[in-house]
Amino acid sequence: MRAEDVDQVFVHLKGWVLSFLVGHVPDWLVQIASSLLNIAMLLGVFLTLFALMSVFERKILGRIQNRYGPNRVGPFGLFQPVADGIKMLIKEDIVPARADKVVHFLAPIGMAAAAILALGVIPYGNNMTAFVIDGGILFFFAVGSTTELAVFMAGWGSNNKFSLLGAMRAIAQMISYELPLIITVLPVVMVVGSLNPDKIVHAQKYYHFGFVPNWFVLTPWGATAFILFFVSGLVESNRTPFDVPEGESEIVAGHMTEYSGFKYATFFMAEYLGMFAVSGLAVTLFLGGWHAPLPWLGFIPSYVWFFAKLSVLLFVFIWVRGTLPRIRVDHMMNFAWKFMLPMAFTCFVSAAVWHYNGRRLSGWLWSFAIIAIVYVTLSLLLDTRRKFAPRTYRFAE
Amino acid sequence: MNSVAFAVIAIFTLVFAVAAATNPRLMHAALSFAVMFVGIAAFFFLLGAEFVGLVQIFVYVGAVAVLIVFTILLTRRDAEERHGFKWGGVVVAIGVFVGLVWAILKTNSLPTLPYLVKAVTVKEIGTTLMTQDVWPLMCVGVLLTAALIGALVLVMEDEP
Repeated sequence: MRAEDVDQVFVHLKGWVLSFLVGHVPDWLVQIASSLLNIAMLLGVFLTLFALMSVFERKILGRIQNRYGPNRVGPFGLFQPVADGIKMLIKEDIVPARADKVVHFLAPIGMAAAAILALGVIPYGNNMTAFVIDGGILFFFAVGSTTELAVFMAGWGSNNKFSLLGAMRAIAQMISYELPLIITVLPVVMVVGSLNPDKIVHAQKYYHFGFVPNWFVLTPWGATAFILFFVSGLVESNRTPFDVPEGESEIVAGHMTEYSGFKYATFFMAEYLGMFAVSGLAVTLFLGGWHAPLPWLGFIPSYVWFFAKLSVLLFVFIWVRGTLPRIRVDHMMNFAWKFMLPMAFTCFVSAAVWHYNGRRLSGWLWSFAIIAIVYVTLSLLLDTRRKFAPRTYRFAE
Repeated sequence: MNSVAFAVIAIFTLVFAVAAATNPRLMHAALSFAVMFVGIAAFFFLLGAEFVGLVQIFVYVGAVAVLIVFTILLTRRDAEERHGFKWGGVVVAIGVFVGLVWAILKTNSLPTLPYLVKAVTVKEIGTTLMTQDVWPLMCVGVLLTAALIGALVLVMEDEP
């Protein structure tokens, strides 16, 4: 069996399944069947990944905190997600008496739907994009921006002050960090000249000197944009250290306070799917998508590379969660507007300089210099460590 | 196929538009309004105007709907109460409808077969915006920045 066949096995499998339909049913039905197959595959893969992630996250967190983590259900505790799922299903579904029932019910659905739709445009391997669309990157963010409305629905529909406070915090941080998230994507779009994820992956397929991959993360602007994108992604998926909206020591569980049973599980799932989507987009934009890191490793199927890179990013998500404490709300907002946003714009300028210098050494040095100058200037301007003053308190009137 | 899709999307959009106009609970009306925007975006997709459809979702569902919802939350104390039917709104709606129909009928350059029109790519829109229409774009940019700074100045706290 040749390497290309292994690489295209899922594409061929889908073609084989569809070949039974072609000729027997009208064309539009074949199209719908093709879409349904993609959706089923996407859901199957990512719900499995969600189950695996939930158990591995707990195990890795356990290791970080010097304990074992779940190890009772099945071999090495691998069946823990099954037990969790059954527990969530048979729990009582509590809806507050004064809640806005319809909105309360629809909020987790809206959340999960947005996350699943966003997963659709990411290329998981050669010819393996579920939803091919010219403006794929734009689609990703357009769908992602509807999450805010779902969070608001959860907060409002619960009719609980903690829920509403949590929703407010979540929306504030999502809107603030959406800006650096989108602006760090712009340099990649500009350099490639396309909003199509497949074309962005294609632009990163070459190797310099025969072994250095042409990934955008290996350029000065790309590295900076990748870090900014990753931090914004942490915020967008409400992960520690930015889990302020559901800070359990302050506001119970934020917008999820009044949710129980399977609705809570749906929120949880949406959060993880959102995390996969952001990590998948980071892999696509900066880490070369499904391309192998070295030219002679190309015989390993493309989807293996994609999911290997995705796993590395997800591990970093867990690692950060196990390491850092929660950040304060006002610090987080200041960080977004005073540091992340200027740095994101700098990446943009730096990428333009790199690109229009013909991607030569001078362009590399200039783009690095621009980022270094802005970084140092911002650090000096925002440095508050030297100011010692009596602590002042301000209260709401 | 296209006419079936058109009918489905039209019914979907109309149902939510009517819900937005008639629902006595303000927050439900606002949320129906947001869902209706998704229906309009679906129309743009059906017509091959992918970029406009995506921007429709991005701007209207992601930003305008959130803005409306927040405005209701922060300004109205009676958001949960039921509101009566106002005839003034009907007059305005009919006026807008008549105006739009008149404008559509007056335009004779509209192609009747949408699939004969070549779909405009995002790249072409970008090129046009950056060459031919660069000055209007810049003016809009300045206007929006001014609005943003104005909003910041309005809510800025005095130094203690």
